Amino acid sequence: MKIIVCIKQVPDTADIKWTENNTMVREGVESIINPFDEYALETALRIKDENPETTIKVLTMGPPQAEEILKRAIALGCDEGILVSDKKFAGADTQATSRTLAHAISAKAPDFDLIICGQFAIDGDTAQTGPSIAQHLDLPQVTYAKEVMPIHQNKILVTRETEYGIEKIKMQLPGVICMIKCDYNPRKITISGSMKAQDTQIQTYSMEDIGLAPELVGIKGSPTYVSKAFRPEREENCQFLEGSADQMTAQLMEKLKELGVKNA
Amino acid sequence: MPSGICIFAEVTPDKKLSGVTLELSGKALELSQKLNGETINALLITGDDNIDDLFIELSQSGIQNIWLVQDPKLKNYSTDLYAKAAYEVIKQKDPSIMLIGATTTGRDIAPRLSSQLDTGLTADCTELDINEKGQLAATRPTFGGELMATILCKKFPQMATIRPKVMPKPTPNYENKAKVEKIEVDFSATPIRTELIEFTPLAQSTQARIDEAEVIIAGGKGLKNAQNFKMLEELAQLLGGTVGASRCAVDAGWCDHSVQIGQTGKTVTPKIYIACGISGAIQHLAGMNSSDIIIAINKDPKAPIFKAATYGIVGDVFEIVPKIIEELKKQKVH
Ligand SMILES: Cc1cc2nc3c(=O)[nH]c(=O)nc-3n(C[C@H](O)[C@H](O)[C@H](O)COP(=O)(O)OP(=O)(O)OC[C@H]3O[C@@H](n4cnc5c(N)ncnc54)[C@H](O)[C@@H]3O)c2cc1C
Ligand SMILES: Nc1ncnc2c1ncn2[C@@H]1O[C@H](COP(=O)(O)O)[C@@H](O)[C@H]1O
Repeated sequence: MKIIVCIKQVPDTADIKWTENNTMVREGVESIINPFDEYALETALRIKDENPETTIKVLTMGPPQAEEILKRAIALGCDEGILVSDKKFAGADTQATSRTLAHAISAKAPDFDLIICGQFAIDGDTAQTGPSIAQHLDLPQVTYAKEVMPIHQNKILVTRETEYGIEKIKMQLPGVICMIKCDYNPRKITISGSMKAQDTQIQTYSMEDIGLAPELVGIKGSPTYVSKAFRPEREENCQFLEGSADQMTAQLMEKLKELGVKNA
Repeated sequence: MPSGICIFAEVTPDKKLSGVTLELSGKALELSQKLNGETINALLITGDDNIDDLFIELSQSGIQNIWLVQDPKLKNYSTDLYAKAAYEVIKQKDPSIMLIGATTTGRDIAPRLSSQLDTGLTADCTELDINEKGQLAATRPTFGGELMATILCKKFPQMATIRPKVMPKPTPNYENKAKVEKIEVDFSATPIRTELIEFTPLAQSTQARIDEAEVIIAGGKGLKNAQNFKMLEELAQLLGGTVGASRCAVDAGWCDHSVQIGQTGKTVTPKIYIACGISGAIQHLAGMNSSDIIIAINKDPKAPIFKAATYGIVGDVFEIVPKIIEELKKQKVH
């Protein structure tokens, strides 16, 4: 099976700091592979574990530094890395991002069976890129996927989790799946993997290379734009209950009663 | 010129309107007033014949027109067919605003639709307004709620998905009667490339679904082992709620992945959230800090969870929780 995994470089939310103008302090913030994309990678790598003839290409759109996460993915066991990078891509919303990724796939990696994305990126958190790529390439999709099992040359079985329960869906290939957290932990990089990654050349393409026009990418190609950004006001006014454990419990019971909680 | 507001009427597997559908109606009503009374419409896609209940509920929520696509092929949700139906209706009706619940279904169909319509989509909004130029101003959290962004759209329809349970449901209007307009969609050329072959509903126990629960008792690393979660389950039962967990508790195997709350888990907005032995890391807060009332029980007075909490108990969960259970049981006897 030929798989493409779309991964995104995101700042580690644990150490984000903000300036007074609500922009992010980028210095000193570690960049990580979006956590959901780690599940996407793990899913692809498990398919490859079972079927060694599987090939995995990892794709990202981002600044030149994003090459680093592609190297990491190769160190984990992926075969090729593709970086689409261009100053004109800056300021892309999900529509422009998914169009760019879809074009990159059509132009530079058209021969695939399965595209795996993460469900969300933890910075933008839109969950839109995967389904939009599917639409641009006219492919079927399964979102909120937890597990993937190839069943046939051109079919896979996907376990999907919704508010109402667990669905098992058979999807025709080629197709797109978007992964939520799966039941297994993503693997770690091995030494031999790192060595292989060092020797692997990342393919880098610009806007022209993938055949897109400036009005279709970046800020110009984005129908949405941010008119205002602000930090939510967090009221920090926790009322601490005081006294012994019994006294605190009694006060809590009072509060629960006031709130009209059942049985309280 | 596009005009009118359209909401996506989502039907649940048990053939009811999803909660967020009514919340969208309520919001649409408010937006319509700011837009000099643009019409409020609902897009209803269904495979069932017997849907008078849905009409009544939509009518009472203030909907003026129901744009109905009805076809036996639409019995179960299918991305291909539902996206096709929605696309055809929107093309024909040309609304200026399209609102969809940010549920698994909503977030499955909305991005496909926006790409096909070549317009913008703002995800998982928690606030909607009309600005001075008459545009939809959609506000949403990013970076796990650390930053809020208000987003505008240059194209039509201006689309947004809306986080469930943040907007109030409208008071029913028993006088209102929506007009039903059936729209024929030809599916003959639409491939169906996914097939639902099995559906296992969530355990139909006494426990409420975590995204719908009014009370959530969440446990973290401080609970120490799986066995101790029984205590939280008992408390949840007594309060008519359900149990959630931090990632640490899930990763340790004490709880199922499906109840993880936070950035890589579920986003929940219960009336009452009781955090037991949870430190309150930002990734956890991202999933629960819009709860109405947050009660934190933690033995470390400096734990960040107290910054988000309404009420704080600095204490040992193994001492406090059993006492609460005991008190609740006493009340029950009376
Ligand atoms: C990319 C990324 C995504 C993540 N996504 C999520 C997510 O979705 N959800 C999530 O929850 N986390 C997430 N995390 C992990 C998060 O950063 C924290 O590690 C995690 O939330 C901590 O869980 P905890 O509070 O249970 O454990 P700890 O941080 O270890 O806290 C345990 C707390 O219990 C208290 N305690 C211990 N014993 C007792 C006792 N007897 N009585 C009372 N209090 C006691 C301690 O004082 C402490 O505050 C994510 C992390 C990353 C990097
Ligand atoms: N710039 C990007 N490059 C590659 N993949 C991306 C990019 N942005 C988003 N994705 C993919 O789309 C998923 C959802 O992202 P988002 O729609 O931003 O929440 C991610 O988990 C990635 O798999």
